[in-house]
Amino acid sequence: MTHSNNATLTRRELLIQLCKLLKEDTIEEQIDRIPLNMRPKGNQSLRCCVHKDRAVLKYKIMALLGFNIDDETDELTSLQDYLHLAKERKTLTPKVMTVVDEACSSCQQGSYNVSNMCKGCEARPCAVNCPKDAVHFVKGQAEIDHDVCVNCGKCLQECPFHAIIYSPVPCEEACPVKAISKDEQGIEHIDYDKCIYCGKCMAACPYGAIMEKSHIIEIFQAWESKKEIIALVAPSIIAQFRQSVPKIYNAIKKMGFSDIIEVAEGAEMTIEHETEEWSERMHAGCQLMTTSCCHAYTELVKKHIPELEGKVSETPSPMVYAGKLAKERFPNAVTVFIGPCTAKRHEAFFVEDIDYTLSFEELGALLVANNIEVEEMNNEIDIKYANSDAQFFAQSGGVSRAIINKADESLKEEIINGIDKTSIRQLKQIAKGKTESNFIEVMSCEGGCLAGVNSLIKGKQAVTVFQKNQEEISS
Amino acid sequence: MTEEKIYKVQICTGTLCHVMGGAELPALEDHLPEEIKSKVKVKGMVCANYCTETNLKPPFVLINGELMSEASIDKIIHYIQNCEKNDTFK
Ligand code: FES
Repeated sequence: MTHSNNATLTRRELLIQLCKLLKEDTIEEQIDRIPLNMRPKGNQSLRCCVHKDRAVLKYKIMALLGFNIDDETDELTSLQDYLHLAKERKTLTPKVMTVVDEACSSCQQGSYNVSNMCKGCEARPCAVNCPKDAVHFVKGQAEIDHDVCVNCGKCLQECPFHAIIYSPVPCEEACPVKAISKDEQGIEHIDYDKCIYCGKCMAACPYGAIMEKSHIIEIFQAWESKKEIIALVAPSIIAQFRQSVPKIYNAIKKMGFSDIIEVAEGAEMTIEHETEEWSERMHAGCQLMTTSCCHAYTELVKKHIPELEGKVSETPSPMVYAGKLAKERFPNAVTVFIGPCTAKRHEAFFVEDIDYTLSFEELGALLVANNIEVEEMNNEIDIKYANSDAQFFAQSGGVSRAIINKADESLKEEIINGIDKTSIRQLKQIAKGKTESNFIEVMSCEGGCLAGVNSLIKGKQAVTVFQKNQEEISS
Repeated sequence: MTEEKIYKVQICTGTLCHVMGGAELPALEDHLPEEIKSKVKVKGMVCANYCTETNLKPPFVLINGELMSEASIDKIIHYIQNCEKNDTFK
């Protein structure tokens, strides 16, 4: 019904605990206590026992400290040790997610199974309709031979008693590019040669076993060093709090950011250059051009649809332009991109002008740790807001809307709203020229960045809040 | 004319409640079952320090003054339906 669930909330609670300790500067002594405090003795455990629960939490914290769980060499390494390692580390990694093997429940391979509702009826349509002869009857009950079964699902459709159930592996099912799969022990691993960093596995896992590696430690170090820190906020931020935009921005500043740059300001430059690029390409006789601002999409092309490669716009993304603006205006400052997206964290790793990334969840945790009530902030702020076409980059269809407003009327747009197995097939057709359109917008998340995996408010609600706040700042 | 029963649902808009799932609670209005739809009014409220002064967990919601912790859309709907069924409207 809603988007958050207990796995999401556990992650947020961990983030809050971590940020509070960092803020109070008691993290050294307290970090190894977080799992104990969150799962005290005597409370009901989620998994087999309280110790397993705590182990899971420990490794989730390790991920939040920015580590790959796979890299652990000694199981006795404490969180305090990891904290020290994190503080000493000089570089980040482009592998932005990690699987917490302790939490991964090794869900059974996605398969069709016969439940005890099977009555072994006379008709046996499951067996009759199975194209592979994989259904047999043992003691009057249907059984599926998984060595032969091709997961076509016919038996499930045919059974009059609904006795056949499909058990999916949520992360594998959510991944549009088969980049996550099991090892011999049944634990999931991400194959970074295939991964497009969309974060869909992370959102899908009911155990919260896939974690984003946070930059929180680095950001606190930057605060400690008293350097200027600039927040580069993605336009979707205005849909994250049911408060006015000036209040949101003031809250971020109060937390310790010396200034705010709207990534939408960078989007204004993207619009300018992308429109020009499109016109040039059309004059040069190209059939079509696709957008390039969604990083999961450009990774998709690189790794899975190379035939589209020459057709992707070469215009830098709004984040890249915003980073440039930030370093021009504040040459010595540390720059932090704040957004809802795992893919942007990966992209930022390769963008020199962006130092760190903060997700909306992490932003929320930081606000809590700093005792900041967004509602109580000043409603005035000295800022020149980016134009609304640029703000609308946050929403699926927004990039097209902006380019249409600039280009001539020969532009015909097509919008791929969300990357999944179906839209990948569609993109492969487009690569072959099977489209009437000459401008293709692609967004990995259905709904655009407003539906980003790290959002606090998603879906219809996010759209409503976005529109209300957008109207307020553009009037 | 009998007085209409109205369930006043106040959702905490404080930062902690917001981050811990309260952000999604206003969607309650879209999920209310027909039979109680007209009887429920959804509003926000500022942090009333339930987060610091109790050992309960966010997000917090008040339903006609009654405190609910770890609120979810389902929990709120159930609560109201139960009040209706058992005629325990307050
Ligand atoms: S934030 Fe909701 S009670 Fe304090």
